[in-house]
Amino acid sequence: MTETRPKPLVRTSDLSKHYPVGRSPFQRRIVHAVEQISLDIFPGETLGIVGESGCGKSTLGRCLVRLTEITSGSLEFGGRDITKASQRQLRPIRRQMQMVFQDPAASLNPRRRVGDLLADPFRVHEKLSRSEMADRVEDLLVRVELLPEHAQRFPHEFSGGQRQRIGIARALALRPRLIVADEPVSALDVSIQAQIINLLADLRDEFNLTYVFIAHDLSVVRQFSSRVAVMYMGSIVETGPVDAVFSAPRHHYTIALRSAVPVPDVDNRPAQRIMLKGDLPSPLDPPSGCRFHTRCVAATSVCRHERPVLSLVDKDHFVACHHPRRG
Amino acid sequence: MPTDKPLLVVENLCVSFRTEGGVVPAVSGVSFSLERREIIGVVGESGSGKSQTLLAILGLISSPNAVVTGSVRFLGQELLGLKRRALDAVRGRQIAMIFQDPMTALTPVHTIGNQIIEQIRAHESVSRTAARKRAVDLLDAVGLPSPDSAVDRYPHQLSGGMRQRAVIAMALSCNPALLIADEPTTALDVTVQAQILELIARLRDGFGSAVILVTHDLGVVAEVADRVLVMYAGRVVEEGGKGQLFREPLHPYAWGLFGSIPPMHGPRPARLTAIPGSPPKLSQMPQGCAFGPRCTFRHEACAAQPSLGGAGGHRSACFLPQDGRQDLRRTLAARAVPA
Repeated sequence: MTETRPKPLVRTSDLSKHYPVGRSPFQRRIVHAVEQISLDIFPGETLGIVGESGCGKSTLGRCLVRLTEITSGSLEFGGRDITKASQRQLRPIRRQMQMVFQDPAASLNPRRRVGDLLADPFRVHEKLSRSEMADRVEDLLVRVELLPEHAQRFPHEFSGGQRQRIGIARALALRPRLIVADEPVSALDVSIQAQIINLLADLRDEFNLTYVFIAHDLSVVRQFSSRVAVMYMGSIVETGPVDAVFSAPRHHYTIALRSAVPVPDVDNRPAQRIMLKGDLPSPLDPPSGCRFHTRCVAATSVCRHERPVLSLVDKDHFVACHHPRRG
Repeated sequence: MPTDKPLLVVENLCVSFRTEGGVVPAVSGVSFSLERREIIGVVGESGSGKSQTLLAILGLISSPNAVVTGSVRFLGQELLGLKRRALDAVRGRQIAMIFQDPMTALTPVHTIGNQIIEQIRAHESVSRTAARKRAVDLLDAVGLPSPDSAVDRYPHQLSGGMRQRAVIAMALSCNPALLIADEPTTALDVTVQAQILELIARLRDGFGSAVILVTHDLGVVAEVADRVLVMYAGRVVEEGGKGQLFREPLHPYAWGLFGSIPPMHGPRPARLTAIPGSPPKLSQMPQGCAFGPRCTFRHEACAAQPSLGGAGGHRSACFLPQDGRQDLRRTLAARAVPA
């Protein structure tokens, strides 16, 4: 980290989230959903988090906005430690951090009108008159390219893309500094997906937003993010500027993930595809040492015994691997 | 049976549903043919009619309010209107289908081995032992690790990718001439998707099957298909060889689709050239070209319904002049269209 950089907006150190599973106390086992993640997120940047299902990317996202309790480690927001902050203490901070979910239908109450849903944040956090509130709601709707009269409608009257616009409008209501977007476009058709990505990018420039953009689709993350973190079984295995990580990945998992993406191009086919052996190991019984060694082409005995830590391989580019590919 | 004839010929297939608000067309006049050992990709967004087309081919649309017309000939035999029993001799044996969610094809209460054995014995008179041996071979062929023990596992004991392999093994159990796959990899992670796509591409060589692959993902199509159909609002709007369609797409909808996908190589565009608006509701289909309201190049001619036309097996349903279309496409790509 160079010293010219601004202070991070969000900083996690050794952040972990464990879930107990199993019915009785005797069968109880622990899933390490997120393991010792240390991350700085700087104002104005968009950090993409990629990984396959079950890698802990959504859990990490929820930890970052304190939607779930943190098991160990610490979380700072705007220089303030909020790891153990109570709900009351969190309230003024909550308005600065918002979340956009994958399924907007599930996050919008079907029995309330859109105008009502969008006014909620103002009711909780600001004392506004009815007409002021209506004005703000109208501004929001227009900003996400919907119409003012949409305030009178119910969520089911909208298409999936429009519902996601409503979800974004609600996240935007209190002018947050941070938006954590968990798979915001993966439930949408491609043509609609592109509209939403463009909208999120416009909002970023207009409101100087910091995004954490969680997605399994690598091409979407590449388009939208400035920095990317690749997760595997609860840990970050590689992180760095998007162009570095995508064009010259160093971790063997990133390399395989990158090469598995089908490209809609018949002339620019990847030279060869690296097939990953087998399946993701059970998170209840993770492999020793490097979590990836069971499927890695470069694994040696050290990988079975020693857990690699993130180390610098290039400018701002970190890899947790004993045998990273040479740059 | 002569082998030079197409395996499957679909002509003017229409599916519509009677609803309270009148008759709603889901598929309108879809025609295509499929050669033996050919892999055809059908792409389109939700509501484009791609899944209904497949279900109609297999006679799987059971709604009493559905009206299916047209013709589906498989090896010269007309499938539409065929009696259940006659259809069962074809379905599962000569034509197999796999779905997005493998659990739609698997019952949780039997081992996958038993389910494959049942499938084999439903169509062929072989002993249980012989069928079981074939089940193990099939599981091996689709890349299930340790097939000897996997055959006795229940579906819940397998991961999503392994279940999809088991379903493919079941679909292949009677050496079908045609495999119909509806979004087979959509629910899977990319690394698993890559394994399944490789498997589907291998089917042609190993089992001599033709494949109809329905997907919303152009990347998947580029990966495995020989020929591509692009569907929009119940119609085929473009058809062509994979190379033709990916290098020089003809329909403005296809241009929009390609522009909507963020590239994995090269410079990142400042904005994606998204298609404005959203697909029409089937109950409120616009007059003339269904893509008209979203099309940058809409003109007077578009008030009529365009038909598929073009040369060299590359056809599109668009009134724009054939010459100079690629120039139009480049202008569209150069312009950053606001969402």
